[in-house]
Amino acid sequence: MDRLRRQADGAAPPAEAPLVIAGRDGSRRVVMAVDGRAQALGLRAGMALAKAQALVPGLAVVPADPRADARGLERLALWLMQRIAPVVAVDAPDGIVIDSTGADHLHGGEAPMLDALVGRLALAGVTARAAIADSWGAAHALARYRADPVLVAAPGTAGAMLAPLPVQALRLPPALCDGLHDLGLACIGDLVGQPRAPLTRRFGPEPCRRLDQALGRAVEPIIPLRASDPIEARCSFAEPIAAAETIARHIARLVDALCALLAERGLGARRLDLLCHRIDGTVQPVRVGLARPVRDPRRLARLLCDRIETIDPGPGIEIMSLAAILAQPLAERQSASALVEQAEPDLSGLIDRLSNRVGAGAVYRFAPVASDVPERSVRRIPPLAGDCGAGWPGHWPRPARLLTHPDPIETMALLPDHPPHWFRWRGARHLVRRADGPERIFGEWWKRDAELAAVRDYFRVEDDSGARFWIFRAGDGEDAATGSHRWFLHGVFG
Amino acid sequence: MSSRPLSPALVALRARIARIEAGDAARPQVLPFGIAPFDRSLPGGGLALGCLHEVAGQGDGAAATGFVAGIAARTRGGVLWCVARQDLFAPGLEQSGLPPDRVIHVEAGDDRAVLACMEEGLRHGGLGAVIGDIARLPMVASRRLHLAARESGTLCLALRRWGPGADGDFGQPTAAMTRWRVSALPSAPLPVPGVGRARWRIELVRARAGEGFEIELEACDGTGHLGLPADMAGGPAAAAGGRRRAPG
Repeated sequence: MDRLRRQADGAAPPAEAPLVIAGRDGSRRVVMAVDGRAQALGLRAGMALAKAQALVPGLAVVPADPRADARGLERLALWLMQRIAPVVAVDAPDGIVIDSTGADHLHGGEAPMLDALVGRLALAGVTARAAIADSWGAAHALARYRADPVLVAAPGTAGAMLAPLPVQALRLPPALCDGLHDLGLACIGDLVGQPRAPLTRRFGPEPCRRLDQALGRAVEPIIPLRASDPIEARCSFAEPIAAAETIARHIARLVDALCALLAERGLGARRLDLLCHRIDGTVQPVRVGLARPVRDPRRLARLLCDRIETIDPGPGIEIMSLAAILAQPLAERQSASALVEQAEPDLSGLIDRLSNRVGAGAVYRFAPVASDVPERSVRRIPPLAGDCGAGWPGHWPRPARLLTHPDPIETMALLPDHPPHWFRWRGARHLVRRADGPERIFGEWWKRDAELAAVRDYFRVEDDSGARFWIFRAGDGEDAATGSHRWFLHGVFG
Repeated sequence: MSSRPLSPALVALRARIARIEAGDAARPQVLPFGIAPFDRSLPGGGLALGCLHEVAGQGDGAAATGFVAGIAARTRGGVLWCVARQDLFAPGLEQSGLPPDRVIHVEAGDDRAVLACMEEGLRHGGLGAVIGDIARLPMVASRRLHLAARESGTLCLALRRWGPGADGDFGQPTAAMTRWRVSALPSAPLPVPGVGRARWRIELVRARAGEGFEIELEACDGTGHLGLPADMAGGPAAAAGGRRRAPG
């Protein structure tokens, strides 16, 4: 559905008209998919097309094109592989399965990763639902049959979350689901409690197999999609390997081979995927990201070896492959002559190691923003971005530590423009000895309507022990429209 | 605050110990504070580079933050500042002499990750100073930091700071070269209403091969330099400013 809307700009049916996609089911023409507007009018996937057309006059009908859908899905999966995680496969007909093991640290954790992913897809015009669970089957069910569009199931809780879902969520053929329904087995929870032998005799091995896969009792390997022309180095072992030192040695060998390939093409790696194929058929992925294109074997090997501890060799690894998923041109450069001045130390190696340890979003520099509102006057920029040169205007003292949310404080103060005599913060009472202010900061009415009249009056106060605080009053002290006249503590001076 | 003349035997012994400790490395460089009575009482005449130093504050440790920022501002090269959760305000740091272009911030999430990131920064060697906000600093971790700092010659500052609910272990033995406590003092009254330049009581609680002392100084200016209060600068009063502690 979204593929259609994105692809055809001019030729697409108008967005206002309800739209359905029609396909053939045997000899019947049925509705395969409906958009939001059509759904609001009572149309559902699976109803006969003639009925839908009778219900809604002026219905836009587009014939289904399963092959184009599959191609679009594969393209999307490749895009995800470059950006999110190394092991990505198409979960036909309408899903993509991602093994995020070893890659979520690059995105700041599982929940932020999913939020960002769904957000990026929404910007691109694709409505997506996402779930993370212990197994492919569980994630498949949770993404499709739970209300929340983004869901992270904590390890071990998938069973409880799956229980109330309908049996269709188990990826069973529709005929089989109908059969289970006839027996009164409507949800997965019912199925879990059933004796297995009669179930298998009646329906074949499928229900129990799918149930085990969803609950993580049976292994279900994901066969990862590969880019058509990867820059890749592989080595396979006659004897499976498991020891960390052996893995490290082979990583070094793979990195050397990959760097030779990169040098041939004049490229440097920005993102590396190391896939360790275990003898039990599962894949242990490791992904590292780099701030700048690199093809220095020592640096790449060091980054990969830092993450060896995340590889679970299990019964042993038989194949290791290393691929540069994202590569950018990297030209040789002449190093600066040391005669005139000392060369700037190259920090990109350090940034890469830190980013791969704590996540790329957690390593940054601050840069000024032209805003008088303190919390909006800084933004985070990548650590290797060029110097911004300018700082903040220095006429007014600013605290070294700023609270994320101003703490409400209890005060006694004269209105309209006096600092408080005392205030109470975190249970301690501070007597104000000296104070500077007010520094009046107006709301950004040119950007936000809600701040049309808002005012904050900031004071720098020193208590009897010499500690200095940055406190403000919401409002100008006279007009109630400018703020609540409550006091807040916003920062502590060094 | 003149330092007691040391006996030649003691000087020779210290030099020997330093040679043993440092291996064949050259004598460590120091970063002077630029305040004569202050520098005189520090071993080597300043804060030793390539070493771990601990700084604790009182309460929320804001004065300690300013003190540390001022020291880092006077080093050369970039500064890596690792915290568990970010609450530093860059305009405030700039007013202590640390412009935003020089500081790379790392928000590591917990103490262990902070220590690991600090060590990475120290081992790289291209930075001027590495700062970390740490609540708990065990002996082993501090030893690792100190050795990493020694290898690369980068200044390592552990800012001992903990939230209202948690407790730190400041005071427990660590491998730090010096241990400081910085607390705020009431500023000198101005002739007009307002707040003057902040004043700190700076205590050297412990120093290897040195003696502790305490001194009252004016807070860092825009270039990271501390100031001697006007009522103590010059004359014998300056010497009285630093009360000597019992040796040991």
